[in-house]
Amino acid sequence: MNTRSNTMPETFVRGGIAPLVMSATRPLYWSVRRELWENRSIYLAPLGIAAAFLVGFLISLIHLPAKIRALSALGPADYRHAIATPYDIAAGLMMITTVLVSVFYCLDALYGERRDRSILFWKSLPVSDRTTVLAKAIIPILILPLITSVIGAAMHLIMLIASSVVLLGSGLGVAPLWAQLPWFQMSLLLLYHIITVHALWPAPVYGWLMLVSAWARRATFLWASLPVIAVAGVEALAFHSVHFAELVGGRLIGASAADERTPGYMFPTNPMTHITPGTFLGSPGLWIGLAVTAAFVAAATRLRRSGGPM
Amino acid sequence: MPVIEARGLRKAFGKTIAIDGIDLCVQEGRILGLIGPNGAGKTTVLNAIVGLIPYEGQLKVLGHDPWTERDRLMRNVTFIADVAVLPPWMRVCQALDYVAGVHPRFDRGKAQGFLAKTEIGSASRVRELSKGMVTQLQLALVMAIDARLLVLDEPTLGLDILYRKQFYDTLLTDYYDRTRTILVTTHQVEELQHVLTDLMFINHGRIVFDCSMEAFESRYLEVTVHPDCISAARELRPMHERQLLGRNILLFDSVDREKLAAVGDVRTPSIADLFIAVLGNPAGRSQGATR
Repeated sequence: MNTRSNTMPETFVRGGIAPLVMSATRPLYWSVRRELWENRSIYLAPLGIAAAFLVGFLISLIHLPAKIRALSALGPADYRHAIATPYDIAAGLMMITTVLVSVFYCLDALYGERRDRSILFWKSLPVSDRTTVLAKAIIPILILPLITSVIGAAMHLIMLIASSVVLLGSGLGVAPLWAQLPWFQMSLLLLYHIITVHALWPAPVYGWLMLVSAWARRATFLWASLPVIAVAGVEALAFHSVHFAELVGGRLIGASAADERTPGYMFPTNPMTHITPGTFLGSPGLWIGLAVTAAFVAAATRLRRSGGPM
Repeated sequence: MPVIEARGLRKAFGKTIAIDGIDLCVQEGRILGLIGPNGAGKTTVLNAIVGLIPYEGQLKVLGHDPWTERDRLMRNVTFIADVAVLPPWMRVCQALDYVAGVHPRFDRGKAQGFLAKTEIGSASRVRELSKGMVTQLQLALVMAIDARLLVLDEPTLGLDILYRKQFYDTLLTDYYDRTRTILVTTHQVEELQHVLTDLMFINHGRIVFDCSMEAFESRYLEVTVHPDCISAARELRPMHERQLLGRNILLFDSVDREKLAAVGDVRTPSIADLFIAVLGNPAGRSQGATR
């Protein structure tokens, strides 16, 4: 490593080349924006899935009046049970999209810029490696969950409005519909669920994928999954247990997070679902996971610092 | 205070020594050409200067340690790696937005002014541009940054002669103002001859030749020797001799011009001729010995 020279007078720095002051968050903001420019799948994938689902849903509305008429004798719980399924599917699609897009985003995050040599361009600008990697980590942990939650909420709203139009057109009331599927509450639940269960809880997985993408020279998916399979395989052979596989799998699909955080079903249309942020924030699993994430992201930053084009 | 100051700069990749103890001192306002064969260590030196790789030895660029302070250094240093580093997915307007967003010394209007003189549309993606246009875009971005040091690594690689000439012309007329410093490596030395103020040859990770262009022009002379004067010419101890179309061409270091005029036609050699003379010499450091 280089030796520092203390003989270089500070006045030189203050003299001709005193850096202009720039807010510390500005490079971070622009780095996040550039991620969205480069990875349009962050919003195009959930939008595309939402659009396809809505087309199917709108067609299915043909049967809605008949279904509601058949239900009219039943109680509110049965009413909800009969009409809630598409709303759960819509929410579930956004959750799956969040995880899938995050996984593929993270695998490419620090690999793509080395493959297309653009890392040399990014590094020619006054943006630190820490800022760059942080901006990339913010995408799966904050930006993508927000986008999918908003799109999910918009889907629910469009579904409710379209259903209302159809019901009103058939001379049926819409009050039970909006009462059983309270849009604002559903949206908050969806946002909470996606951020906690599909962003914060699986964060160590995303961190690991980013680390691999900063390191691997090819086949990032293979390098990311092989060590996990190897560890799980060794454990299965040596101890006849599957703790590691359960641990990783649970992180990825948010299963163990659901146990620790929300009793009952986690779909936002279920009135039994109630938010317990205290339980979630108090669970050691969350904080251990976030600490591991921070370690992975820090390691990825170090790798990017010395990394060049391939 | 020099813009770049290196002492005993070393860099090894495993067992391969890329830089083998380089001392370098570049003053403000110079345009230094770093010329060397493939694998000589040129790019490694530049990468160390712009903070892309760690190194051994001492290196200060504008008073900063490039490896630990790259992001701060890059406010005052701009860098063109080679033509293919702009991200292919990026639109021209996004490149302007981004650089304006992160760089405190970027003048967006100036960059747009340069681009207006080209055929580059602001909605185009980099992948849709020709190689020459990508270089123009990169040059527009770099020239709109009010930097103290510009580092160019093979900036015109793969470009045709029109773009190459335009590149250096634009750089000299619209950018260089005698307070900025430019460090450039290239294989295409011919275009640089009238651009550089200083010249350095690098081989096997060492500086094997170092002189200003004024010194270059007064010290080195090339003579196309009259056939009957060849032995007289050789007595003047040429540093290199080659043959072209049956004529002997001898290169001299610090030999009186009038003596040389007596044996043949004298002219200033090209950088390429001197490069071959210095690098072709097995000793590699003969420029001092022949004096």
